[in-house]
Amino acid sequence: MTLIRLDNLTKAYPGVIANDDISFEVDKGEIHALLGENGAGKSTLVKMIYGLVQPDFGMMRLEGKGFTPTEPRTARLAGIAMVFQHFSLFEALSVTENIALGMENPPSLIILSDKIRKVSSKYGLSLDPKRLVGDLSVGERQRVEIIRCLLQDPKLLIMDEPTSVLTPQEVETLFLTLRRLRDEGTSILYISHKLEEIKVLCERATILRRGKVIGTCVPKNETAKSMAEMMVGSKLKSPKKSKANFGMPVLEVDELTLKSLDPFGTSLKNVSFNLRSGEVMGVAGVAGNGQDELMFALSGETLTDKNSIKLENEFIGQSNPVQRRLLGLLTAPEERLGHAAAPEMTLAENTLLTGFQRQKLGRRGFLNKSGAIAFAEKIVQKFDVRTPSVRNGAKSLSGGNLQKFVIGREILQSPRVFVVNQPTWGVDAAAAAFIRQALLELAEGGAGVLVISQDLDELMEISDSFMVLSEGKVSKPRPAKGITIEEIGLMMGGTEIA
Amino acid sequence: MDISVVSLIASLIVAATPILLAATGELIVEKSGVLNLGVEGMMIMGAICGFIAAVNSGSPFVGFCIAAISGAILSLLFAILTQYLLANQVASGLALTLFGLGLAALLGHSYSGIKPPSSPKFEWFGMSDISIIGPIIFNHDLMVYFSVFLVLIVWIFLKFTRAGLILRAVGENHDAAHALGYKVIRIRVLAIMFGGACAGLGGAYLSLIRVPQWTEGMTAGAGWIALAIVVFASWKPWRLILGAYLFGGVTILQLNLQANGFAIPVSYLSMAPYLVTIVVLVIMSADRTRASVNAPASLGKIFHASS
Repeated sequence: MTLIRLDNLTKAYPGVIANDDISFEVDKGEIHALLGENGAGKSTLVKMIYGLVQPDFGMMRLEGKGFTPTEPRTARLAGIAMVFQHFSLFEALSVTENIALGMENPPSLIILSDKIRKVSSKYGLSLDPKRLVGDLSVGERQRVEIIRCLLQDPKLLIMDEPTSVLTPQEVETLFLTLRRLRDEGTSILYISHKLEEIKVLCERATILRRGKVIGTCVPKNETAKSMAEMMVGSKLKSPKKSKANFGMPVLEVDELTLKSLDPFGTSLKNVSFNLRSGEVMGVAGVAGNGQDELMFALSGETLTDKNSIKLENEFIGQSNPVQRRLLGLLTAPEERLGHAAAPEMTLAENTLLTGFQRQKLGRRGFLNKSGAIAFAEKIVQKFDVRTPSVRNGAKSLSGGNLQKFVIGREILQSPRVFVVNQPTWGVDAAAAAFIRQALLELAEGGAGVLVISQDLDELMEISDSFMVLSEGKVSKPRPAKGITIEEIGLMMGGTEIA
Repeated sequence: MDISVVSLIASLIVAATPILLAATGELIVEKSGVLNLGVEGMMIMGAICGFIAAVNSGSPFVGFCIAAISGAILSLLFAILTQYLLANQVASGLALTLFGLGLAALLGHSYSGIKPPSSPKFEWFGMSDISIIGPIIFNHDLMVYFSVFLVLIVWIFLKFTRAGLILRAVGENHDAAHALGYKVIRIRVLAIMFGGACAGLGGAYLSLIRVPQWTEGMTAGAGWIALAIVVFASWKPWRLILGAYLFGGVTILQLNLQANGFAIPVSYLSMAPYLVTIVVLVIMSADRTRASVNAPASLGKIFHASS
């Protein structure tokens, strides 16, 4: 029995057709996956169903009746609920207030708190209605969103990349909840690019590529690789790792303790580890467990105790980012636009941000523009950055291309130690493979590479050794070989912090 | 030394009322995530428009109504610039202040030296005869009580009503509010206009009751103090009263000290309220964590609905 049916939906933005003639249907009580690369049009499509965007052509039918939501309110009243990828939550408000904001005609806050307790215990999603959302973990925040949806008895629940920020155990709990909802007759439209999860969870999958429906498949009968190739439209290579050959420690962190400047951040507590030359070390952990703070401490954006960080033979805890770069410690932060690159400036100008001293792109306070252009062109060429020219603004590049530029800018300065946070976050599969390969080659050349990431598959693929950052503390690093996802999950839950 | 504490307190309440009115309006504006630095300009527009209306109609009540309307209209200009044309809020607010001061001077050209119709004191059925409490609490005009009542209403609105919750949500995270289907721009425009109306009332209180006459530039920085008091109150309505009365107290004290011929140069005394404001703001924002938890997270950020 069909719940919602989309016919020939088309939506064009200036210069790009986000959705081109999309048709498919979701059955009642079905978990239906929507697969596709970044920019394939998944988000635009669900925004049309949720009433945030109106289609140019085409129509939708909900339970056989025409359905044209002009705003989220109409969609919610019709029984559509959505959990957003970037949560639509308000940090300074309580759980109850957050949930009330997402409901039509909510009851008084006291009655609502009671309902929240009931629903959260029924579905095994423990949550205290009085707490401020800013104090919750990412997994708990997602529960807030889910409970907000469940209180409205939705017919269709849309979930946009729900597991990208969860630990493996939290993913298990989420899947139990979703299966239970399905058994009660709720349909779920599940957007993800994690193919293994889709194989275990979803009954059917619709695959989008460049705004078009490429096909529908039954995930159980496919392999992750075959689905990925449908998404990308070409064969995929996985990065090759050569034999590990470690040298002397290049970065030694000893009892690093740092109070977070963010009121909702996590402070670092006695973080100690050694990174050897030629080693790729992965730092796993769910966002908000001190990743940003660790990144700031290593890059020099926050200064620490002088002796807590040692780069080769120098103690650099009190050195600023420029001094650290000159010594060979380069970093690439998570946020591409606004932190790693200045959005309004050209690519050539952006090379000056980190390359000024090391690449000698200036003398006596004057810029060496031709040097910057030449360096930018070298990055564009070596790292396959697709841009019309290095005079284009950084913000005109797609996420994957800009990330290749940011990583390339650091790697071409031949760092002794390279620290990168979320190297492939929001990057399409082909660019992600390219970046991972580049990181491996950098380590092969003798540098130490520290990769902070929430993507466990990525860390398993490229790391030589592995540690977990949880509540501001790190576990003992251990060789990545032979470690299982379950073990990492336990470490991430904080139960096995050594 | 001839300073009576009772009359001092009674007059500090009068001195604080215009600032309290303007600050209450600005609190709502900032809670919705908008920083309007044009309070001074809207106050002086309220002062002159209210003055003109009261003089020509003979009724202070009409004056206050027109003052609120004129403040709201001027703030609508700011709202259009920042909410629809996405102009920078700081620059637009400063421009609004300069524009308001200039326009008010032009409008008020032929109104200098005229006395406005006087506003009667509110009748508390003889309670103003009670010693000490009487002159302090029960011997004021209606606007003084209205300003405190307005703080009460704003507090109830923000804390207990759904509309207040939505307003806070918009100021906290406009992208999330938009994703949930709330009309961010419409809510902010309404908040800005409420702020303008309150600033207009505050200005009219100056020209119709406190001074009472029209002189060019008569707000003399009261709008800026109102902005500072919102931060001082860490965006909590009740603390606005504390902040405004504290500031009113310092102003009145310095006037009295001057009048009693203290051997301090006048300039030091007149800068005292501003120095106190600066010191208080520094102390308030020293605790970084607490300040940033209370401040609306989207304050001053431009909202652009990117579908």
